[in-house]
Amino acid sequence: MKSESRLEQILTKGEFAVTSECGPPRGADAEVIRKKGEVLKGFVDGVNVTDNQTSVVRMSSISSCVILKGLGLNPIMQMVTRDRNRIAIQSDILGAAALGINNILCLTGDHQKFGDHASAKNVFDMDSIQLVQTVKLMRDEGKFLGGEELKGSPKMFIGAAENPFADPFEIRVPRLAKKIAAGVDFIQTQCIYNLPKFEKWMKLVRDRGLHERVHILGGVTPFKSVGMANYMKKSVPGMDVPDELIERMKAAPKEKKAEEGINICIETIKRLREIEGIHGVHIMAIEWEEMVPEIVKRAGLFPRPHIEG
Amino acid sequence: MIVAERKPLEQISSMIESNSNVLIVGCGECVTVCSAGGKKEVEILASAINMLRSKEGKPIEIRQETLERQCDAEYLEQLRGFIGEYEVVISMACGAGVQFMAEKYKNSLVLPALNTKFIGVTEEQGVWSERCHACGDCKLHLTGGVCPIARCSKSLLNGPCGGSTNGKCEISPDVVCGWQLIIERLSDLGQLEKYEEIIPINDWSTNRDGGPRKVVREDLRL
Repeated sequence: MKSESRLEQILTKGEFAVTSECGPPRGADAEVIRKKGEVLKGFVDGVNVTDNQTSVVRMSSISSCVILKGLGLNPIMQMVTRDRNRIAIQSDILGAAALGINNILCLTGDHQKFGDHASAKNVFDMDSIQLVQTVKLMRDEGKFLGGEELKGSPKMFIGAAENPFADPFEIRVPRLAKKIAAGVDFIQTQCIYNLPKFEKWMKLVRDRGLHERVHILGGVTPFKSVGMANYMKKSVPGMDVPDELIERMKAAPKEKKAEEGINICIETIKRLREIEGIHGVHIMAIEWEEMVPEIVKRAGLFPRPHIEG
Repeated sequence: MIVAERKPLEQISSMIESNSNVLIVGCGECVTVCSAGGKKEVEILASAINMLRSKEGKPIEIRQETLERQCDAEYLEQLRGFIGEYEVVISMACGAGVQFMAEKYKNSLVLPALNTKFIGVTEEQGVWSERCHACGDCKLHLTGGVCPIARCSKSLLNGPCGGSTNGKCEISPDVVCGWQLIIERLSDLGQLEKYEEIIPINDWSTNRDGGPRKVVREDLRL
């Protein structure tokens, strides 16, 4: 084992993994994160904690991870390269590992233009692929980027995101190959709505045997409303929402829109489980964490497997 | 070339509100080409200031000069005979020119009339865009001749990020995704396999991160 992560153990055993996501609050109230954590406890094998997503300032990912860890959850610390240089990144990785966090999701991060501090200076000392390399170097070789040896290597299970729907499509599989070459252990994909396109991508992944070198978790996000579905389609970069799903949401009776969103999500998970090379699902119920237990149950993924130790 | 854009008239005039005479100096190099600070723009600025000050009932004496360039001492020297007669000097050069003039004339107050934007090209008449960040360690041989540092909004060396949609950057539909351009070029050149080589974490010490930069050519020194 590379880490003491429950997620690594689940995936290594060949179980279908379930992860979810938890956005930290815009304030110092730990209770917000505890409430979200309590809802998810027992239903997921790992919880991503976002790192100032969409460049909106929130409680730090590391501290939120520590709070969730205290509740018995397995936090996955998201880290973006937008806000920290290599000195801060390596320092935070050591700190997170010392605090018992054993998963990291390496991301580039949304441009600061999206957030509430558009006049900020960005860093991007490295990109997400180089961040994967950095964590692997620290974990497996016990070294800093500067070449010096570190004492007490951070035992992190290394993740990255991949968006099979972003452009240009012809490099989406080579890009995954690059992340694998960099040393990634697991991949969480962007929200999947266009299943035929996703299946096409997975076929290309399998053709190169990449599915045997990394654990791929398919990402899903339930629609809460027609408005949200439209927003995802039109305003979120790199998102591919087929018209038929928008139509399905429109056709559902007013009081059953949210239920229809959940139905679509569960159908997607069931189809994902059939795809060779998909080892889990990543449920991103944005500010709707309370729905995750129901989704997990209805998708037939509850109870979660017991892990020794 | 270095591309610049003139500051708004209100900002320039507010800098010289209390002055009764001014020397405006244009530059014959990059800022002439991008129509921001050449002889013509000096004339336009002078006449705009004149009109404004006449309207306010506070006329101002303006002398106009345009040098071959302001980043070379020998041309700046041409101002020596009369620069001291002016309370204030407005330089219409890039930031380098403004500073070099101030360095050479320690008793003169030298003010900037332009905002220096970037190193770029003329895309078409009236449109300029950025191409180079002067990072000090050119990587164009690795990326099909398209710079990931200048053309990607995040300067990613292993892009594109997940925000690339229809060839456009996540920051705006008006911004082309630099990595889309790189991939198209590599593809056209039959070098798409290069895409899979991971470009290692960059040494930014040749960039501004390493402090103010200097080039010394011993073979050329006198």
